[in-house]
Formats: sequence, structure tokens, C-alpha cells
Amino acid sequence: MEIFDNLIFGFSVALSVQNLLYCLIGVTVGTLIGVLPGIGPLGTIAILLPITYSVPPVAALIMLAGIYYGAQYGGSTTAILVNLPGETSAVVTCIDGYQMARQGRAGPALAIAAIGSFFAGTVGTLLIALFGPPLASIALKFGSPEYFSLMLMGLVAAAVLAQGDIVKSIAMVLFGLLLGAVGTDVNTGVQRFSFGISELSDGIGFIVVAVGVFAIGEIISNLGDPEERRIFDTKVTHLFPTKDDFKRSIGPILRGTGIGAFFGVLPGTGPAIASFASYMIEKKVADDPSRFGRGAIEGVAGPESANNADAQCKFIPMLTLGLPASGVMALMLGALTIQGIQPGPQVMTMRPDLFWGLIASMWIGNLMLVVLNLPLIGLWVKLLQVPYRLLFPAIMAFSAIGIYSVNNSSVEIYLTALFGVVGYICMRLGFNLAPLLLGFVLGPLMEENLRRSMLMSGGDPSVFFTHPISLAFMIATAAILVVMVAPAVRRRRGDIAG
Amino acid sequence: MNTSILDNKDFWAGIFLIVVGAGAVFIARNYTFGTALRMGPGYFPTVLGGLLTLAGIYLVASGLKSGEAIGGNWSLRALLLLPLSLLLFGYLIDRAGFVPAMLVLIFGSAMASTEFKFVEVLLFSIFLTALCAAVFVYALGLPYPLIVGL
Repeated sequence: MEIFDNLIFGFSVALSVQNLLYCLIGVTVGTLIGVLPGIGPLGTIAILLPITYSVPPVAALIMLAGIYYGAQYGGSTTAILVNLPGETSAVVTCIDGYQMARQGRAGPALAIAAIGSFFAGTVGTLLIALFGPPLASIALKFGSPEYFSLMLMGLVAAAVLAQGDIVKSIAMVLFGLLLGAVGTDVNTGVQRFSFGISELSDGIGFIVVAVGVFAIGEIISNLGDPEERRIFDTKVTHLFPTKDDFKRSIGPILRGTGIGAFFGVLPGTGPAIASFASYMIEKKVADDPSRFGRGAIEGVAGPESANNADAQCKFIPMLTLGLPASGVMALMLGALTIQGIQPGPQVMTMRPDLFWGLIASMWIGNLMLVVLNLPLIGLWVKLLQVPYRLLFPAIMAFSAIGIYSVNNSSVEIYLTALFGVVGYICMRLGFNLAPLLLGFVLGPLMEENLRRSMLMSGGDPSVFFTHPISLAFMIATAAILVVMVAPAVRRRRGDIAG
Repeated sequence: MNTSILDNKDFWAGIFLIVVGAGAVFIARNYTFGTALRMGPGYFPTVLGGLLTLAGIYLVASGLKSGEAIGGNWSLRALLLLPLSLLLFGYLIDRAGFVPAMLVLIFGSAMASTEFKFVEVLLFSIFLTALCAAVFVYALGLPYPLIVGL
């Protein structure tokens, strides 16, 4: 079986000392920021991107991915113990997880969350290994029209499925595309929107936008509404779930994994949506729905599996098509580009070590999280006592050093400050910023493929509808728009968000 | 709803988009637009700017109709102090060196918190600056002078 050969090759890459070390660093940092509210994986990965310059590509990606899924684990720990979702994906876990903790069953809740996540992570890894190669081999045959239509579909889906107002999300995609146009036009050499600033002639730095919007903007926003900190008084005594717990959890874990995998490949849907969907379904199929909200273990097992499966499967479109399905994946694409690797289907054939090594490392990382985290829970929770008033200046310092170290350019620091302000204002006005980053990453590629398609077809836009694969993407795009903009669905989205 | 126009969320969201979109179209008028066959450097930005302006007009209209408030507080203190600290960092690191730039950045940012305590923050700034100098300048070897002229 080829897939096993590939996986074994992946493990041989991921098990090297260096890669194991970066994996460990990644999941540890991930758990840390998952536990701490006020700093999420997006901001952290953005801040750490500059460091990855000096690290080999495989190790860099392994570390960044570790931060991403490690944060999911950390987020659920605080959700269960102190009713404080460290990440949005853990909001649902609070409902029943915290109730279990109050009944003295924090241990089993944490253990089931970890086991469910691990199972979902394993399935996710297998899914990437199974579907990655065929998807990439199809994508290798894509020409410019296909790519343009694919990116259009990805961006529309991301905007439409993201939480919040659809028009605002689409506007953020457009704003991102526009930001991507800053700099020298590749076809003509004309300077666009560079205002005579020489630092802008290569375009706005990816790290500048990401750190500005997701780290600085986020801090300003957090300082606006200081949240009260609860004091931790739950004791974790016995960790092991009972036989009954296991019996109740198997179904939710399986269903949650399926739901998460489904939402995972859809662009724009964050892990919060997958875990919400899983919680609703578990409540529906339960014999006694009234147990939910009062410490039902199903309400922890399902959503926790779902958000991890979602996180894992988000890698499928990113690795095989070069299409980021979420803000974090846009950062991963950015990391690849920084390393001089052109994202897309050719990554699998040109850099098999990267593709398979990353996949294998995710499985190893999930295992590390289970083995390392459960005994260390007490330590993580202690970290909650670090006051935010000292945490955020430290984040500012790391962000500034990180950005400055890229080009030793003060101008990029000034631009980061500007994007912090813009990001904060956008947040206040109800804009979702993940679509902005997707648009920004895809902007130059999209313009390039659009212009090339039009040259190929002699200026006839019907080229997007005569190539069969491109036509399929266009139909899918239209279908997404029609279905999601239908008022009934909009109402329901409002309910989920509220 | 009788929200004041100053606190109208979608109204200002729309204004923001119109400023960005119309601004982009205005600036891009200097770039060759080209034709659909041979798109000039102005084609893509102009189309995007136009779409943004349209989205902005829609939001202004829907904001005036729904009147949803922005709500919450503008954290003006943080909105001023954090970018200002970054600007000072950028200005100082080239001219005065790593240590003064870091001290100003950390201390200045910390002032944005409502729980700001002078002595605690002063000690923390010194500690963190020393730590960063040790890690980034000594251990990782970033080529920044600690204090210019020293």
C-alpha cells in the first residue's frame, strides 16, 4: 500500500531529533497560549513567523502546526476547570465540562476531551494521507482559469461561512485583495499604492499585516473590555473515566470526528462551528436531552473531537491546493512562502518530506499532548494567574522584535502600528478579520491568474465557464451564495451566533 | 431605534469601506486600466475599490435603517498608547539602540492598562528588556547595538 509507505516515510522525517524537538516546542507553546485567554493561535503564529526564517522549512511548519492544535487542547483545559474558554473552539466545552468539574468529575472530563481529541486527530491524519495525493494530482492539471475559479470559490465560501454579517465578510475579503495589490505590479513594474515609500515596493509584509491585526489589534480590543478572572479552586483528583463514561462517549467521539472532518475542509468555518454542530447533534440523539447542561460527558466528548478533527482537516485544502481555509492556514501558507516554497499541489511531489513529515508530526504531536498534558494540568492552570497587565506588554515586545528582525526596518514597525489601529477599528465596527488575511494572501495569485486567463482566452471571460473544472467551481460558488444568502439560512446563522 | 449617528455601527463600517474603496479608485486612476484582454496595473485595484465602495454604500444604508449601536467602550487609552509605543520603538531602535527602545516600548504599552502600577511596571520593563537582550542579542545574535554610542 502506497499510503503506508508514505506514512512510514513521514514518520521517519518527523521522528528526527530536531523535528521532534520543534514539535514539542510547538505543542507546549500551543497549550500555553490555549490556556491563556487574550492571546490565540493566530496572534502567536504571526509573532513567531519571523523566527521560522532561520529554521528548516519542515521543522518550521511542524512547530507552527503544533501551536495550532496544541491551542485546542489548552483551550479545553481551562474551559473545563475554570469555565473560561481559552479559545473560541472551547466555548461549547464550557457548558457541560465545567458542570462536570463542579461535580468533582474534572478528571474524567479532561481525559475524555484528550482521548476524543486524540482519536479525531488520528482520523484527521489518515484522511489527509488518503485524500491528499488524489486531490493534489487533480490540482496539478489546473490551469489559470481553474485556479482563479478555485480561489474565487474559496474566498466566497470563507466570507459567507464566517461568523457575522455576510456583506461585511465579503468586504474584508475585498479589502484584503486590495492590500495584496500594494507594491510593484509584476507584469508592468508599475508601483501601486506605495506612496513613494521604498519599503512598500515589495508589497506589504505578510507578517506586518498578521501581527498588526491579530496581535496588536487584539490587545487594544482586550484592554477595552477587561474580563474578570476567576480564582481556580477545582481539584483534579482521579483522572480515569468510568466504564459508563467510555460507553457514553464512543458515539459522540465518532460522530464529532465526522462532523469536524466535514466542516474542516469547508473554508471559513472555524472550529467553533464544528463543535457547536456536534453539541446540537448530541443533544438531539440523546435519550435524555435534559442531562445536557448539567454535566453530560457526551457534551464534552463530541465537541472536543469535532474541533480537533476540524483543525486537522483544515490542512487538506492548504497542503493540496494551496488554498487556505482559515486565518491560521493563511499564516501557514505565509510561512511556506517565507521559506521560498511556492504553495500548491506541487508541494507534495517536490517536497514530500515536508508534506508527509508534517502529517506524521501532527499525529506524534497529538500523542505528546495527551501524554504530557494530563499530568501537567495543575501547572497550566497556575499560568492563569499571570496577570494580563504584564502579559500584554511582553507580547508587544516580542511582536516588535519579531517584525524588526525580518528586514531591520523601522518602517515595518510603523506599518504594524497602523494595522493594529485599522484592525481594532474593524473589530469594533463588526468586521471579521480572518477573511481579510485570506484575501491578502490570495490577492496577488488571484490577480495573476485572472490576467493570465484573460490573455489566454483573448479577453473573453467565458473561459471560466467553458473549462469543465472551472465551471464546476463557478457553479459551486454560485450555489454557496444562493444557499447561504437565502433569508431562512441567515436567520438560523443568527441563532447559532447568538 | 434612536441610536445617535455617532454610535451607529453599520453606518461607520460603511463609511470606512467607502473611504478605502473610493481612495483606492482615486489613486489607481493614475495606473493604466487596460482592457479585459490586457489588463493594466490599474484594472484589479479599480474593480476592487469600486466593489468596496458599493459594499460601503449598502452598509451605510442598512445602518441608517437598523440603527444598531457599536456599544461597549472604545479603549482610547490603549488605542493611543500601544501604537505610540510601537512608533517610539521603531524610532529609537535605529537611533538610540535596543535597550532604550525596549524600555520605552514595554513601559509605554503597560501604561495602557487601567491596572497600571508604576513600580511593578518599571521593574518588569527592566527585567524583560534584560531577558530579551540576553535571548535575542547574545544568544540568537541579532546585530543590534544595545545602546548606540556605548
